[in-house]
Amino acid sequence: MTRKQRRLTIIGGSLAVLAVAAALVLNAMRDSIVFFSTPAMVAEKHIQAGKRFRLGGLVQPGSLVRGENLAVTFQVGDGSATLPVSYRGLLPDLFREGQGVIAEGALDSSGVFKADTVLAKHDENYMPKDVADALKKQGLWKNEYGAKPNDGAKSESNPGASRAAQGAPRPEQGALR
Amino acid sequence: MIAEAGHYALVLALALALIQSTLPLLGARWRDVALMNVARSTAIAQLMFVAASFAALITLHVFSDFSVVNVFENSHSMKPLIYKITGVWGNHEGSMLLWVSILALFGGLVAMLGNNLPLSLRAHVLAVQAWIASAFYLFILITSNPFLRIANPPIEGRDLNPVLQDIGLAVHPPMLYLGYVGFSISFSFAVAALIEGRIDAAWARWVRPWTLVAWIFLTLGIAMGSYWAYYELGWGGWWFWDPVENASLMPWLAGTALLHSLVVMEKRNALKIWTILLSILAFSLSLLGTFLVRSGVLTSVHAFATDPTRGVFILLILCIFIGGSLSLYAWRASALKQGGLFAPISREGALVLNNLFLTSACATVFVGTLYPLALEVITGDKISVGAPFFNLTFGPLFLPLMITVPFGPLLAWKRGDLLGAAQRLMGAGIAALIIVALVWAWTLGGGTFAPLAIGLAVFVMIGALSDLAERIGLFRTPLGTALRRARGLPRSSWGTVFAHAGVGVALIGIVCETTWNSEYISSMKPGDVARIAGYELKLDGVRSAQGPNFREMIAQFSVRLDGRLLDTMTPSKRSFATRGSTTTEAALLTRGASQLYVSLGEIAGDGTIAVRIYHKPLVLLIWLGPVLMAFGGLLSLSDRRLRVGAPKPAKSIRGLQAAE
Repeated sequence: MTRKQRRLTIIGGSLAVLAVAAALVLNAMRDSIVFFSTPAMVAEKHIQAGKRFRLGGLVQPGSLVRGENLAVTFQVGDGSATLPVSYRGLLPDLFREGQGVIAEGALDSSGVFKADTVLAKHDENYMPKDVADALKKQGLWKNEYGAKPNDGAKSESNPGASRAAQGAPRPEQGALR
Repeated sequence: MIAEAGHYALVLALALALIQSTLPLLGARWRDVALMNVARSTAIAQLMFVAASFAALITLHVFSDFSVVNVFENSHSMKPLIYKITGVWGNHEGSMLLWVSILALFGGLVAMLGNNLPLSLRAHVLAVQAWIASAFYLFILITSNPFLRIANPPIEGRDLNPVLQDIGLAVHPPMLYLGYVGFSISFSFAVAALIEGRIDAAWARWVRPWTLVAWIFLTLGIAMGSYWAYYELGWGGWWFWDPVENASLMPWLAGTALLHSLVVMEKRNALKIWTILLSILAFSLSLLGTFLVRSGVLTSVHAFATDPTRGVFILLILCIFIGGSLSLYAWRASALKQGGLFAPISREGALVLNNLFLTSACATVFVGTLYPLALEVITGDKISVGAPFFNLTFGPLFLPLMITVPFGPLLAWKRGDLLGAAQRLMGAGIAALIIVALVWAWTLGGGTFAPLAIGLAVFVMIGALSDLAERIGLFRTPLGTALRRARGLPRSSWGTVFAHAGVGVALIGIVCETTWNSEYISSMKPGDVARIAGYELKLDGVRSAQGPNFREMIAQFSVRLDGRLLDTMTPSKRSFATRGSTTTEAALLTRGASQLYVSLGEIAGDGTIAVRIYHKPLVLLIWLGPVLMAFGGLLSLSDRRLRVGAPKPAKSIRGLQAAE
């Protein structure tokens, strides 16, 4: 093989691998990306049953009902709409009524959100960034939701951080600064 | 007093770094030996001042000086001593100080061990190292000073986040930083080579041990972090494709590619320009990781507090260093002489293929990590890119790489014999097929993916061993000769075998854990029995206890297998009064490489307790694999040819090694 042929082989091989990688990425982008919605957005968009998404909002006070064998139902609201959620399993340590929550799952045919993961990624003065942003957009942000709302909103967790799902509180810096 | 001294030491380190980043460059330009040697003394002095500063912060934490903001916010007088020390880097300011300390440590080591480097190369490398150091000293002093005082000191601190009060914090961040920051050395060498316009096989020989050290620490750091998350977060997950994890995986992938391309450069003097680019990329991705974690753009459990000024500052550092080094690369790379030729089917060709797959896999992780950010900034849409995305992109790119791993070491340099290599791998291939059939039969056709993946892992492991058998002539020569040859084999060959086998071991663990993991979730009362994977776990009772800075509820389970009592397991739930938060301490029972895992949920009013039990078959292999890889790296590092600071090999020795 001449120098030119060898170089062409290597360049061709590289391009082939890169093309495969790009195709894989584009394909995965289409199928496996999960969008985030609040109950109001769910009502607006008419998300079809069975389509996975993340639902964010506040657990409505008084809505938590514990059933048999760790089954729970609760309502998630964002001020303008609420959505019933059902879930079976352990709730994270920081799951509380009146606090922010993110649930991942899909709507069933009767309009109940069946969650398979529930994340409560916040501590006492903190709520998930997606929820905080959505509430702010709707003008429902209250200062008591966070001692440092700006900081809270900035420093949220990535929703994908399921490791925090189980209630690992976000390490927070003090309010002194 | 100590705080002010620590602060002052850091300012002095900045001053030294500024000197180190300019004078040696002028010295190299003017061929002034004295000026070039300034780099050596300033690098060592810098290390001493940063170490003093770091020691000052540790002292403040150990003696619980709550007049310092950093101590007040992250410590508590009742906290055990070990967590007082590790708490130093369990927060933003302290971890940045650890970052620059390690940077100074690497700079100091190059200065002390680099006596065999050409004087101008050493001057350039240390100067580039000082540019990075100056930028980060400025960052700490301007935006994240750990030595700030409080006007009215409180009596008690706010305690460290309970999740971080674990031995994992003592090991994971320092290891990870040794890896991240270690790549700064290959970066500095690459930039120095670009400035000097000169690069050769000797350059690769100097860079390789440093890259290897960084890679070993990064491998162990990632594995350690994964195990920590596994046992601390209470639900048995070990990898989450969380952006913070991706931030450490990307430099690891680039660094692994760099290690392999350095081999080509050292042995064959080829792939020079590509190697330079990889050196720049590996450290750029480390900087990107620092940016992602420290600026708080995507925060997760690792990302501590945030402040937009910090984010902008790190972004600025990121742009200057990545943009600057890539521009320099674009401008100067063409000036470097091209290296040797090789056929596509050859050891070099195989290593190029390895590099291609590793960098493509790295690119998919990069896209998956940054795309959600970019989309949110541009359109405001919020998406999450999780495990399904990476399974569909990273997985298909890693599988062909795994298939080719055993072929690489069996191909000759320059022009290889694929058929011959395939013949020598016949044994490994047959063994893999038998394992596939056995596993498939044993699981009664429960899916084909897992048996195939295990077969692939076995192929990689036995392939690595058959490379070894081939080299020492096992089964072809008498056993004594083979053993003598095995002793004479270069340590780096042994390193390759261990590292490649480690990849296979980790893959087996990953496949078994994800496929045959069994889970039991229920609420239990004392006396209830849970059955999982043949084990019986009986809840004996729940008691409460008082720890140094927490109260805990401990549940006791007795574990039986076939009616025989094996052991008791005591998972607990701790509540920390100072922060008003709780943590879940899982209990682990190791049986071989498999583990039983028990963690507790909430405790209801009527005394029932929510319990989550997992049986994780062969889960320990997931971390044994990386440990084997790191051990292989260590063996390679101990190869006399690569020993840090080893004198330049004489011509005759080099001739001998080429024959291996």
